[in-house]
Amino acid sequence: MLAEKYPEEIKKIFAKYPPEQKRSAVMPLLYLAQRDQGFITKAALEDIARMLDITSTDVAEIVGFYTLYHDRQAGKYRMQVCTDLPCALRGAEKFLEQLCGNLGVRVGETTADGVVTVEAVMCLAACDKSPMFQLQGGEGIEYHENMTVDKTMELIAALRKSGREVK
Amino acid sequence: MPHLLLRHRDVPGIGRLEVYEKNGGFEAFKKAVTGMQPQDVTEAVKASGLRGRGGAGFPTGVKWGFIPANIWPHYVVANADESEPGTFKDREIMEGNPFQFLEGVAIAAYATGANVAYIYLRGEFWQVSDLLDGKIADMEKAGFLGDKLFGSDYSLRIHTHLGAGAYICGEETALLESIEGKRGQPRIRPPFPAVYGLYGKPTVVNNVETLTNVPLIVSRGADWYKSLGTADSAGVKIFSLSGHVKQPGNYELPFGTTFRELIYAYGGGVTGDRPVKSIMSAGASSTMIVAGEKALDTPMDYASVRTLGADLGSASVIVINDTVSLDWVINKTIHFFTHESCGKCTPCREGTFWMRAMIEHIEHGEDVRANTELLNSVARQMQNKCLCPLGEFSTMAVTTAIDRFPADFMPSSTGGTHG
Repeated sequence: MLAEKYPEEIKKIFAKYPPEQKRSAVMPLLYLAQRDQGFITKAALEDIARMLDITSTDVAEIVGFYTLYHDRQAGKYRMQVCTDLPCALRGAEKFLEQLCGNLGVRVGETTADGVVTVEAVMCLAACDKSPMFQLQGGEGIEYHENMTVDKTMELIAALRKSGREVK
Repeated sequence: MPHLLLRHRDVPGIGRLEVYEKNGGFEAFKKAVTGMQPQDVTEAVKASGLRGRGGAGFPTGVKWGFIPANIWPHYVVANADESEPGTFKDREIMEGNPFQFLEGVAIAAYATGANVAYIYLRGEFWQVSDLLDGKIADMEKAGFLGDKLFGSDYSLRIHTHLGAGAYICGEETALLESIEGKRGQPRIRPPFPAVYGLYGKPTVVNNVETLTNVPLIVSRGADWYKSLGTADSAGVKIFSLSGHVKQPGNYELPFGTTFRELIYAYGGGVTGDRPVKSIMSAGASSTMIVAGEKALDTPMDYASVRTLGADLGSASVIVINDTVSLDWVINKTIHFFTHESCGKCTPCREGTFWMRAMIEHIEHGEDVRANTELLNSVARQMQNKCLCPLGEFSTMAVTTAIDRFPADFMPSSTGGTHG
């Protein structure tokens, strides 16, 4: 149960919104649940629904609508490469292809050791620093900009070793 | 001229409260709260000619003036959802010069009688949100946020709210739905947010860059602000330059700077020293400008860009050189909009889906002429039929690429790759 595990965080989340508008807390609570389990579990949907006096379907539609919530387990880290137009003009597609080749995966797949899932995503507002990707895993999201395949492989090696949380 | 918005480029450490204060920070907010009536602040912003920097270019002070005095409470929401391909200016402001932005939020809230303001950030800006939370805490500690500010009766709190990956939430009514804990789908308008906004209450929604201008206007005056830029486009603008240029990045320049100056004097010229083939002036939502001599010498202000059959929008300038065939470009933009369509309006939901099917046929060299004609026809049928501009945006590059660059849609020229 999130409420017992993260009382302080939840108090802070609810303090942001008027008391009669509890439903506004659904997005931050989903982030909290995702940090806890790595993805949104069915139990978390029900847990959040109870806290907000809405149905678990109401919560599930939020998970389905927004791309940063995941309803299934993937690699420990999601490496999400922007291949939108401005990035593609600066070689993002070639970068992604070479990265996948080096890792022995196709776009959307997870490395054999379960550490990295490589995905292609839409614009991340870093068009001048392509090739770039965001790293999701644990609590937060971090940006890696002006990347090369070599630098990325080094990062992956470091992640494999440390297993650190992304903050 | 020193930067007015990207001040961190001239003043090191301006992201720290004491440095910001030392450089005149919060004087405008204090001046407003202790010496001006809220409507005087709104009038000053009106007189300055400031227009919304998120893309629509609506006069900011006029927007504030729509807030009714008989429905309470009021809210201010800063739109930091920055998701248009080609736009990356708001992130730099928030990371580099966060207090000027937050002071702008605070002044907007005072002017419109709001005691609570929200900053809606796209979910990917996790670290930016964290940073702003820290800066908000600094302001509370220093007495710039909280109860009875500067000894007045005015109280204000600012909260961040993270989205979770949906371009549509940059549309203001979808953004409000999202804060309310719902799917980010646009509302039917009217009523507009000024009357029926967050939680059904009067709400002003302004872009980050717009708000960052506000402290300057309050402290230096509307006349000074108006003296920058051109007659219909007052002030400075951050141009996000990307694509085929040697030095992509944000450039803060007066309105009226030409495309040529931006690309060659600031952007260092075109990748591979090739000619510019096309320019998108408003990100992926833009029409495809034919980049001839006339276009390159066109001043970038709202009215002049319109003469090229384009809009300045958020001034996200994507440069495309002559190595690229535009069928490839619209393949990218169509995929983007198909992914980002929220699904509420049928013409957009189905239209983007079918446009994607047709451009894929074209890219595979299947019946290119007939599919191009059909694609152009479907795109035109989508226009003016949706609740929000997304459906319309998705067709801008499509119809103008086909109409203005017909050679790129010949069976022999399609299906190339790039990058």
